[in-house]
Amino acid sequence: MKLLGTLALLLTAATAHAADVQPAVVFDMGGKFDKSFNQGVYDGVERFKTETGIAYREFEVTNETQREQALRRMAQRGANPVLGVGFAQAPAMEKVAAEFPDTKFTIIDAVVDLPNVQSVVFKEHEGSFLVGVLAAMASTSGKVGFVGGMDIPLIRRFACGYEQGAKHVNGDAEVIQNMTGTTPAAWNDPGRGSELSIGQFDRGVDVIYAAAGGTGVGVYQAAKDSGKLAIGVDSNQNYIHPGTMLTSMLKRVDVAAYNAFKQAMDDSWQPGVQVLGLAEDGVGWALDEHNESLISADMKSAVEGVAKQIIAGDIAVHDYTSDNNCTY
Amino acid sequence: MDWLNDEVLRTILATLDATLRVSTPLILCAMAGLFSERSGVIDIGLEGKMLAAAFAAGSLAALTGSAWLALLAAIGVGVAMALVHAFACVTHRGNQVVSGLAINVLASGLTVVLGIAWFRQGGQTPSLPSEARFMPLQLPLADTLASVPVLGPLYRDVISGHNLLVYIALTIVPLTWWIVYRTRFGLRLRAVGENPLAVDTAGISVARLRYSAVLICGALCGVAGCYLAIAQNAAFVREMTAGQGYIALAAMIFGKWRPLPAMIACLMFGFLDAVAIRLQGIELPVIGEVPVQLIQALPYILTVVLLAGFIGRAVAPKAIGVPFSKER
Repeated sequence: MKLLGTLALLLTAATAHAADVQPAVVFDMGGKFDKSFNQGVYDGVERFKTETGIAYREFEVTNETQREQALRRMAQRGANPVLGVGFAQAPAMEKVAAEFPDTKFTIIDAVVDLPNVQSVVFKEHEGSFLVGVLAAMASTSGKVGFVGGMDIPLIRRFACGYEQGAKHVNGDAEVIQNMTGTTPAAWNDPGRGSELSIGQFDRGVDVIYAAAGGTGVGVYQAAKDSGKLAIGVDSNQNYIHPGTMLTSMLKRVDVAAYNAFKQAMDDSWQPGVQVLGLAEDGVGWALDEHNESLISADMKSAVEGVAKQIIAGDIAVHDYTSDNNCTY
Repeated sequence: MDWLNDEVLRTILATLDATLRVSTPLILCAMAGLFSERSGVIDIGLEGKMLAAAFAAGSLAALTGSAWLALLAAIGVGVAMALVHAFACVTHRGNQVVSGLAINVLASGLTVVLGIAWFRQGGQTPSLPSEARFMPLQLPLADTLASVPVLGPLYRDVISGHNLLVYIALTIVPLTWWIVYRTRFGLRLRAVGENPLAVDTAGISVARLRYSAVLICGALCGVAGCYLAIAQNAAFVREMTAGQGYIALAAMIFGKWRPLPAMIACLMFGFLDAVAIRLQGIELPVIGEVPVQLIQALPYILTVVLLAGFIGRAVAPKAIGVPFSKER
């Protein structure tokens, strides 16, 4: 009886809050099932929904002009908080958040400097450093590859962290980097991703890290077809090709999305910039049943050691976007 | 000759190999466009037909696990889209550019909507196992002949080891030439594109000829789409054609509506693309490392230069874009 009473109490508490928060999320191009970045956010908001029973509104942006409309419509309909996904939504959010000063906005992967906006950014270079360590240890040729999506500083930050990680364990490691393109189409071009990978394999690369959205699918496929290793990004992508996915660089966008909604519900939501790195568990690497045979005990202990050193500040990972340069 | 070492030779062979892979959808689409335009029907809908066919192939292969059924479905969808185009342009004498554009928009939207509804992966189709794809074939004697200087490696590394659709594309070109220049159908096809009234006076149905030409075009686009989704890649990804239909159209105009020159233009585009992929981040003698942006702009720069200076005037079939009405 007592249990039931507590449960009822909890339920009323939840419904009471449900009236207060009407969360909404605007996914970006790629869509909520992109097996990567957007899907991470989707997982986070779904967790919020199952835990609290509060439904959320959602919109999937399919072209560039929809971002601003979608954010504005959410705010107009009284959604609060409104979660924007991806750096590309920053200009739209800057405009819309100024129009609705009483609505709470959260943006992932970009910084919008307004009193009602919470910006969540990640230290991708730290996570990339870790997978760089793993890549260099798994490589037999001493050459590791990187395939980026669109050529923007954010992606260079991934590449730069990865390079530092690879060179940290193997000073002679050669890191071959390619960018898929310079337009947003570069996030969705698996054919080119696969060609870039084959080009890198021909040059002796045997582990490739892809930070390229949908283009990555082509990279992972090429690695599987050629019997080489690939590293996933953002979400845990190990399951895509068990046996040839070395690991995935995790970016806990799911945690960020969940927190944004949860904090709004608990009234602990704060505007400002949050930077999530290794220490905050915002980035990491994936180990599960799909890749445990590829990660030796040596690799595991090495990467865990490096992670500790980064958290303690003994290894400083250079951030490309701090000076738009990869010298460290 | 010391610069011509193994490393360089291997790079050249690998680049040529990639050229064939990248050019295949272009060649198929250019031949498709050639049939349609030779009959006097402009087709800027190559892109859309290829995209819809790619989606059909990806879906069918995922559902049935059969590459051949997928190929059939892709051809079917390509033909169905072409039928819409023919119905609008031939039967109802609509504007051919508008109809083609409508097909592109329709395909771009419909594939994503159906993809999300059926597979719930953000518009992608599930990734395919190798049994459901067209996998690379080893041509006979590839390894035995490898010791023959120059030709041996060329045969083994460039000619052999592609999937069936690549070889189909390469045989379609002489076949197209033969049909267009050596058969009665081809003669009438060319005549109907130049002077439909004369063809009509001779007692041959203009509509029937144009319908056949447009449907052949649809079928070839279908093969191209199938190649993208289940041979080159292992899944359909939204917007995966990435403008290749337009490049094929340009290549066909480059080739002055003739099969062999059009194929050469396609191979040139493919070669530039392959070079662009391989030159990224490589130190060249004398020049040093070439900036990525320059490499990626190279195909477009060369297009402009070649179009302006070397190709000469491209004369289209006289009756192209003009709907035929008997009463005039």
